[in-house]
Amino acid sequence: MNTLIFRTIAPFLAAMMLVFSVFVLLRGHNEPGGGFIGGLIAASAFAIQGIAQGVSAVRRALKLDPLAIAGIGLLLSALAGLLSLPLAVPFMTGLWVDLPLGLDRVPVSSVMLFDLGVYLVVMGTITAIALALEEKEEP
Amino acid sequence: MEGLIALLATLYLAAAIYLLLSRHVVRMLLGIALLGNGVNLILFVSGRLTRSVPPVMVGAEEVLRADAANPLPQALILTAIVISFSFFAFLLVLAYRAYQDLGTDDTAEMRLAEPDLPEPPRGY
Amino acid sequence: MAAATKTMTDPASALVMVPTEARDWLIVLPVLLPLIVAAGLIVARHTLGRKPGLANAIALATCGFTLVATGLLLERVLSQGPLTMMMGRWLPPFGIAFTADALGAALALAASLATLLALVSERAEKPSPAPAYGSEPFALMLLAGVSGAFLTGDIFNLYVWFEVLLIASFGLLTLGPEKVQIDGTLKYGFLNLAGTTLFLIAVGLLYGLTGTLNMADLAGKLHGLTAGPVSTLFVLFFFAFGMKAAAFPVQYWLPAAYHTPRAATAGLFAALLTKVGIYGMLRVLVMLMPDSSDGLSLMVGILAAATMLFGALGTLAERDFRRLPGFVLISGIGTMLAGIALTSPGGLTGTIFYALQSMALMLALYLALFAAARLSGTADFTRAGGLYDRNPLLSALVLSLFFAASGLPPFSGFWPKALILKAALDIGAWWLAAALLVSGLLLSVGLARAFLIGFMKPAESIHPGGRLPLATLLPVALLTALVTLAGLYPAPLMDLAGGAAGGLADPAAYIHSVFPEAAP
Repeated sequence: MNTLIFRTIAPFLAAMMLVFSVFVLLRGHNEPGGGFIGGLIAASAFAIQGIAQGVSAVRRALKLDPLAIAGIGLLLSALAGLLSLPLAVPFMTGLWVDLPLGLDRVPVSSVMLFDLGVYLVVMGTITAIALALEEKEEP
Repeated sequence: MEGLIALLATLYLAAAIYLLLSRHVVRMLLGIALLGNGVNLILFVSGRLTRSVPPVMVGAEEVLRADAANPLPQALILTAIVISFSFFAFLLVLAYRAYQDLGTDDTAEMRLAEPDLPEPPRGY
Repeated sequence: MAAATKTMTDPASALVMVPTEARDWLIVLPVLLPLIVAAGLIVARHTLGRKPGLANAIALATCGFTLVATGLLLERVLSQGPLTMMMGRWLPPFGIAFTADALGAALALAASLATLLALVSERAEKPSPAPAYGSEPFALMLLAGVSGAFLTGDIFNLYVWFEVLLIASFGLLTLGPEKVQIDGTLKYGFLNLAGTTLFLIAVGLLYGLTGTLNMADLAGKLHGLTAGPVSTLFVLFFFAFGMKAAAFPVQYWLPAAYHTPRAATAGLFAALLTKVGIYGMLRVLVMLMPDSSDGLSLMVGILAAATMLFGALGTLAERDFRRLPGFVLISGIGTMLAGIALTSPGGLTGTIFYALQSMALMLALYLALFAAARLSGTADFTRAGGLYDRNPLLSALVLSLFFAASGLPPFSGFWPKALILKAALDIGAWWLAAALLVSGLLLSVGLARAFLIGFMKPAESIHPGGRLPLATLLPVALLTALVTLAGLYPAPLMDLAGGAAGGLADPAAYIHSVFPEAAP
């Protein structure tokens, strides 16, 4: 499993998957995609990196504990719902702001914040599970 | 078409129940995975099947087209997939731990929580 | 799909236009508050791990706030009728509704109280090497899931909350070093997952049949349907909730799992999880399918009697301090099922009353008997003995709780049992009444046996045993006081349960709260 080819390719593969996961997350806005599938792709990137480089290397690279990342995601999702409190609309109402960024206006919404939270939750928990399983297989 | 999918869902559920009746945790896990898929099919059929456009608004559309598929079962299935996936992952780790700690994947041999006790005292 | 023909979109045709007042947020607070704090505790786990007790203090404060929020919610529901908030501003029946009526709010209040006291007892029995993962985030998540289940007005959302509380309970069950926990969790996990999957199948079929998942909408739509499909749904839902509630014949997972974790966790499970199953039956079967409830009441009644007798016989045979309350719990489930089987106002009032007092009773029983096992140094009470001499206070508390559990006056278990008994005799269901009385008798014999052998009999051999700090007994004493008080002054609880039962029998106010334009 852990061949030279795999170990050489894995970092590039993981990096590409991480970028792709963000693309899928943002694409989920109006087209198929979204936080859950994006988070899964990101988690599999870390899992691949864990097989190739060892679990401890991934944990060092992540800086934060994977479960803490999941916790941050949960907080973000809840925050997205709470934004509607001052605007006198019910919990979890989608709120939109058009941000003028450079040449184009970019619509930003609380829905996206929620999806980002989902992304982090899925990435954190699945990474934690995958790393825990990989850790057990190492002697 | 609904009938065919319902039949398929029945097959899934039958296989899942057969696997769940096994004494081996790994087979039970596979049963759980099949069970989730069978239920997703049931949810899908319950929203009625239409061979039409996906329920996504394109361009300047503000309402869905009349012949668009029913989006609600798809949302339900997505939620159910997410949940059954995470449960499967959890149970997988748990089964692995059980195999490591208890040294078996046969549920009949896991008697820690319900041990066989000697006869209780007859008098007080 | 009716809106598809429109070309112009009018926000008022899809969105709630009435501004949401800040005090309407009371209905999501019992879910949101524990969930946010649980997330925060997970993020700050390593920092908090170094300061023992801080996570527990934060969780306690959160439970306190949740208790206040549910109290205010109940007060508001009782004075102004059911309260609804549409998630995401989408109009019913398309958006997910959160609807609090007297039943949901009262159970949410009891749940936050039970969690609070379980956390207090957790504080007292902290093991000396602090665990890497505290139980507090999971306990809070469990509370969020339970509150969500009690307050949601959407049946698919109910399924989601079931899963939230299930995954939190998995976390709580596996925390700790014992191998026996793995064994217990494995059995609990597979059976409960199968149960919720059955629930999901029923939800799918319900949607196929009616095209809606909103409970208020369903209450109207299920009424005009033919009996056959609705009866099928009834049976599916009954077994799905029965698996959660540990009803005969799907109760075997409970005695296998509930004695394995720590005392506070076991007590919390006993207080909350089975009640969620009973709540599901009350909400879905009694409120939404009243016709089938009447038609299939014989089946429910027979299973209720079997559950009661199974639990009572289990206490007669059990010799483990920590497994004993599991059978008491199952017997109580049978009593609540009997009230559901009767479907009369008296029976439902009894069930709701029993559920509310059972939350306090079962938590106290688990805490007290786990403490007894710790004090005697062995969980096998036939080898323990002499506990009365060593701790008279614990013995007195356990005896009171045993009385309450067997349904003897003047404790809280007596009144709901009397109500259900009377309701059973009123419609001539003498066999159900007999099952109630026989199970009560067997329960008192079984518990008296446990008390005589475990507490009164002089110890044969002195086990080293552990010491019992007074702080461990504080929550037990408080809960026992509550149980006794509810037995001596049953009127407020009786009124509350009666009002909640009335809301189930005639859901007009519930429907009006979701669809204001419908006639109240």
